Amino acid sequence: MLAITCPNCGERNSNEFRYGGDASIVRPSHEDPSEEAWFRYVYIRDNPKGPHREYWQHVGGCRGWLIIERNTSNHVVLGVRRAGECR
Amino acid sequence: MQVSGSRLPSGGRIDREKPIGFSFDGRSYSGYAGDTLASALLANGVSLVGRSFKYHRPRGIFSAGIEEPNALVTFGHDGRRDPNVPATMVELVEGLEAQSQNRWPSLGFDVLAVNQVFAPLLSAGFYYKTFMGPTRRAWLFYEHFIRRAAGLGKASLQPDPDRYDTEYAFTDVAIIGSGPTGLAAALSVARSGARVTLIEQDGAIGGQMLSQPSEGAAADWLAAAGADIAGFPQITVRTRSTAFGLYDGNTIGIVERRDHLGPEPGQTRQLLVLLKAQSIIFTTGAIERPLLFADNDRPGVMLASAASTYLNRFAVACGRTIVVATNNDSAYATARDFAAAGSKVTVLDARPASPLADSARKHGITVLQDHQLLAAHGSPVSAVAFRSGSSEARLSCDLLLTSAGWTPSVHLTSHLGIRPIYDARIGGFVPGSFAAGHFGAGALMGDYTTAEAIERGAAAGLGAACFCGRKAEPHAIPTPDLDEGIARDLPALAVPRRGKVFVDLQTDVTTSDIALSDREGFRSVEHLKRYTTLGMGTDQGKTSNVHAIALMALARDQSIEQTGTTTFRPPYSPVAVGVLAGRSIHGHFKPIRRTPLHDWHLRRGAEMIEVGLWKRPLFYPEHGPDVGAAAIAEMKLVRSAVGLVDVSTLGKIEVAGPDALTFLDRLYVNNLGKLQVGKGRYCVMLRDDGIVFDEGVVIRLAEERFFLTTSTMKAADVQSWMEFLAQTAWPDLRVHITSVTDEWAMLALAGPRSRDVLAAAFPDIATDDESLPKMAVVTGTFAGEVLRIQRVSYSGERAYEIHVGSRRGAALADHLMAAGQPVGVEPYGVDAMGALRIEKGFAAGSEIDGTTTLDDIGLGGLAKKSGGFAGAVLSRRPTLTNPDRRRLVGLQCLDAGRQLRTGSILFSEGAPQRGHGIGHVTAVTFSPETDKQIGLALLSGGPERIGETMLATFPVRNEMVRVRVVSPVFVDPDGARIDA
Repeated sequence: MLAITCPNCGERNSNEFRYGGDASIVRPSHEDPSEEAWFRYVYIRDNPKGPHREYWQHVGGCRGWLIIERNTSNHVVLGVRRAGECR
Repeated sequence: MQVSGSRLPSGGRIDREKPIGFSFDGRSYSGYAGDTLASALLANGVSLVGRSFKYHRPRGIFSAGIEEPNALVTFGHDGRRDPNVPATMVELVEGLEAQSQNRWPSLGFDVLAVNQVFAPLLSAGFYYKTFMGPTRRAWLFYEHFIRRAAGLGKASLQPDPDRYDTEYAFTDVAIIGSGPTGLAAALSVARSGARVTLIEQDGAIGGQMLSQPSEGAAADWLAAAGADIAGFPQITVRTRSTAFGLYDGNTIGIVERRDHLGPEPGQTRQLLVLLKAQSIIFTTGAIERPLLFADNDRPGVMLASAASTYLNRFAVACGRTIVVATNNDSAYATARDFAAAGSKVTVLDARPASPLADSARKHGITVLQDHQLLAAHGSPVSAVAFRSGSSEARLSCDLLLTSAGWTPSVHLTSHLGIRPIYDARIGGFVPGSFAAGHFGAGALMGDYTTAEAIERGAAAGLGAACFCGRKAEPHAIPTPDLDEGIARDLPALAVPRRGKVFVDLQTDVTTSDIALSDREGFRSVEHLKRYTTLGMGTDQGKTSNVHAIALMALARDQSIEQTGTTTFRPPYSPVAVGVLAGRSIHGHFKPIRRTPLHDWHLRRGAEMIEVGLWKRPLFYPEHGPDVGAAAIAEMKLVRSAVGLVDVSTLGKIEVAGPDALTFLDRLYVNNLGKLQVGKGRYCVMLRDDGIVFDEGVVIRLAEERFFLTTSTMKAADVQSWMEFLAQTAWPDLRVHITSVTDEWAMLALAGPRSRDVLAAAFPDIATDDESLPKMAVVTGTFAGEVLRIQRVSYSGERAYEIHVGSRRGAALADHLMAAGQPVGVEPYGVDAMGALRIEKGFAAGSEIDGTTTLDDIGLGGLAKKSGGFAGAVLSRRPTLTNPDRRRLVGLQCLDAGRQLRTGSILFSEGAPQRGHGIGHVTAVTFSPETDKQIGLALLSGGPERIGETMLATFPVRNEMVRVRVVSPVFVDPDGARIDA
């Protein structure tokens, strides 16, 4: 029972959220024609032990996409931000 | 008269005013309120309660707590039957029915006790060696018999009639265990003002204090502490609650048992509590472990502390002539308790001296120092054999109590991966370390005297209160004046070499099994555990693990630290699946979604089917006796006249904002730039990797407002994906995305007469082909709700989709049925709907399966030539444009009367039938139009193979049919009917 503090909704049970993948990888711009860039974006992932930036969506709440920094070794949530604010 | 076990005339924490009747193996007995099943059986002189797992040896009650390895019973009957419950943990309630386990035909005479004779054959690894490897076939034959012979109780096969609930609870400080340590900690935290939840698996708080004499210093202390606890409203006491696991986020999994309240209507039998705490204090105490000696599993052999519990708490003297064999001082208290109760007590102390010996002798106890216990004799025990120096002797007794020290209950503290460490001082493992905000105190940490426990418990309470940001002041908590002996500085474990010495009583693992395992090369304690099954019973080796590690260390001539422990995983004690499921059963396991027309379908007698979470009409029995016949009739109706189908399950999303068009143009492969207001388009979106994600219709409602549909199954994923793009990838686009799936009812009218129905139903709305050309939308009102009609076809026939606010969905259906009566409109179900799209060769979910590209399913022409769309770059990868990819084709079954099946594997005629073939069948139906079995398939090379004959194999049923590869469009290839 992880608790995630949603910037919009407050502290909520993690079962209201849905994991959305690695947020440390920057999406190529929409116009980027580079197959290499898209290939790296879609397929290449690190698997770090320790702090990890990842997308979560508050599907059972505000539906906001969040960027959560989570320690993968003990699941401690180190920070939560709205995804749009991190750019 | 059987002397073992009789109720004392006074004392104990039982209510003698409340006798309770119960039965064991069909015989009626009587106990008192406050008894456990175990204490009541002992009070009634029942010494034999079960047969052992492997050898079917007679077993008696061994402990007084959750560590019980022997006295596992089945209680209840029918759907309420609960197997493998320790009798020591069952609270006695009126009418309780319990049965012994693993015996046949009866407990007293057990046929498979013959296994004892063959014991040498049944050593560790017997089954592996005998039945695995080259002789594995033998296992297939013998497994049934072996599983029957070796085992525990049997679960009920009936549905569980009881109710289970889940509670999410929150607290500042959780304290696990309400012995003196936990009580001191709770008082200390509560005085700071913080909230405390005190968790106790017993029916009463007090822990070991409950096992002390029911009158005297311990009882007085407990009464005072209990009154103090009750005086703090911020302390929540949860009794009958076992903390079975520690999870991430400081969450403790707890099962609270309310079984004693009986199966009243609406009563929760057990409650799963997920307690989230800021800080946790572990005061889980320690469990005594026994000495090892030959035939140590006989009824009448018991842990010393357990006998004290039965004597002091339940007023049951389990024996009159007692031998207490020990290697430490803690068992002297038991000896004193029994001497005070009038029993003849002899202490066999393995050590040359004990500081408590003299005082024990003053109480009339015979104390023999430097005496090693060798064996128990008789069943139940009638004598013990021991060695003193080089001589051996026997002593008769009716109860043999042993103590080889205590094992701290480090399970919970280890659940998150912190390995316990060996503490040589107490001969046991203690928690390796604690996470921030976690504290441990009392016997768990080796603080074995009550005074130490109280002092450390109070200190842990202060630490926890401070961790929660409270100002906490130390308060003196009084300590009882107890004359205690404690188990420290133990001599090396003595193991007799003769006879059968059980280490794990529940799984029948002996010292020789452990030695054998070592000889056969199992060098890790984890391997030892799995090879011998030691510690793998329902008790998880609570009284045996430390001995096993010590024996392994001895065999390998290494230290216990080097040997280490096995991994502790939740649950600490067995948890019923029912309580984990809680209310999430039957219809509550997952939600049911009903369309606005659900009741309308039921009124027409529709046979409903689950599609994801939705309930949809499969067919209407008025059209045929079964789905096959009815669906064919419904298909013919659509192709010849007109049918009505509920498509409300489609995902519906509104997209609005100044940049809505740009957003959708980037999202879909289609060029949406020229989409006019009042027009719709069939659109497809890809994933970033270039694979088709979903398809649907996009309608431009206004300049900056769009309505789109998704497939039923992908609605949630598409919504999330659009939100992801809007919020993270393109946050500069001003766009709002709103799910409107539940807001709209959607009906499709399909068939050559569909416009006739529309014209009759909505004479005020222009629905002629000029006003409503293909893909166009007109709006109107129906019963005060906005009505939209779009001309769009999913069957190849002329067709319209009509949208109206959900609450008017059923009324709209009635209206259309009435208006269409002259042309014979009838509803049709999803089976006919799916078959119609197969006949027309439209790709749907079974072809858009997460592996196919636009070209694979024949939709390559939709993609815009200029400008990007999500997934565009990777969709052009060579691997996704290879012409040998599996692409959509149609199949015609050539073997009349044979069934072509979805999932069949396609092989060229004459090719070897190995591997995954060159294609697979994605959808099949009988086609009334062509009077043939037809199907769609994804086939390597795709349309290039049209005309070839292939074999469709279905190995699961060992079937094979010949098929011809054809165009996927079986009906109206010129597309004339859509304008008919």
